[in-house]
Amino acid sequence: MSAATVFGLCAAALIGIGLYGLIVNPHPLRKILAFNVIGSGVFMLFGAIARRGAAAGMGGDPVPQALLITGIVVAFSATALAVALLLRLFDETGSVTLASEAPDKVQTGTDDA
Amino acid sequence: MIDALNIGLAGLVLGLAFWSIVAREAFVAVAAFIAYGLLLTLVWVLLHGIDVALTEAAIGGGLTGALLIGAASRLRGSEAAARAERPGAAVHWLAAGVSVAVTAALAVGVLVLPVPAPTLAPDVAAHIAVTGVGNPITAVLLAFRAMDTLLEAIVLLFALIGVWSLAPDRFWGGRPGLRQHADPNGILAYVARVLPPIGVIAGIYIFWIGADHPGGKFQGATIMAAMWLLVMMAGLADAPPISRTWLRTLLVAGPLVFIAIGAVGVVTADAFLAYPEGGAKPLILAIEFALMPTLTLILGLMLMGAPKRGPLP
Repeated sequence: MSAATVFGLCAAALIGIGLYGLIVNPHPLRKILAFNVIGSGVFMLFGAIARRGAAAGMGGDPVPQALLITGIVVAFSATALAVALLLRLFDETGSVTLASEAPDKVQTGTDDA
Repeated sequence: MIDALNIGLAGLVLGLAFWSIVAREAFVAVAAFIAYGLLLTLVWVLLHGIDVALTEAAIGGGLTGALLIGAASRLRGSEAAARAERPGAAVHWLAAGVSVAVTAALAVGVLVLPVPAPTLAPDVAAHIAVTGVGNPITAVLLAFRAMDTLLEAIVLLFALIGVWSLAPDRFWGGRPGLRQHADPNGILAYVARVLPPIGVIAGIYIFWIGADHPGGKFQGATIMAAMWLLVMMAGLADAPPISRTWLRTLLVAGPLVFIAIGAVGVVTADAFLAYPEGGAKPLILAIEFALMPTLTLILGLMLMGAPKRGPLP
């Protein structure tokens, strides 16, 4: 099995793991972290595809690799903005809940659903 | 042998990613995420993307990790309340089902990718001589797809304006973050005096060789920003107030020079962001030199967050 296939499959699993975390972790910071795991999985998948495009003496297709660098930097700026929003929410309200109702109501709503 | 290395590394990466999702404490999750980011760097090396590996180490693992660690320690008090909101077993199973389905669909996609793989590498190799740079990634970033890089610099600037705009009204124009007070004779202050000269040279070196070898302005700017943050964390310097004219000038200088050179291309080479024949290399260098301080400041300031102190000194 080539490295591109191994890490392509690894990337598919990372996207799944991140998606799971994004859904089940109620804390917004954990959601941001899970979102970053999904993002890195997408990048790795793209990187595996770039590796398959090795030609003309290059180890990988340079066009997707350059787009990946752009992507990683933009993902960082989105994360920084999300964290700043979250910290402002915490400073204003003293909590970071995303629930529209009081937390205890939400809990009874989903228990043994 | 190489196969075993690849599969072992993939297993470690998956294990750390899983840990960063299921860990009980946010702090532990972030620690796992940083280790995960460093291992990803190795994956990028194995995938022959050295430039991407450098970016991942500097930004994906380093800066994002520092940002999340800071947020996790600030938000520690909110974790207990969030645990009470955890969804029930049904949602967990549903989420697991959705995740497995997405992973399976992507895995099938990976296994049936077309052979031979489509690639633009021969096109890049055929035209790289025109640009005068030797690193194909730099050629793509600043010549073949310069528009992406221009928009990226503008996205970074907008994200920083977004972060700043979250400041309460009374702090607008003030200094971001809290004033740091470290022991002036402590190890942090010592490192903050000794390391930056070395770090700045490493940053400039990585920036400079980016034209012909792996490296470039993003990786170099991240190292420079890290050195700046270190000096500020040690309390040796304070963050600048965001209303300073020199700061705002430098922040917009990079994108403005980029746009100006692009506009000149309309006259000299018949297209926006096109370079006249034989003049590509100096123009690419001019753009990189203008972007470097802008990127350093943006990356550092984004980590410091919104202003938290009044505009008065």
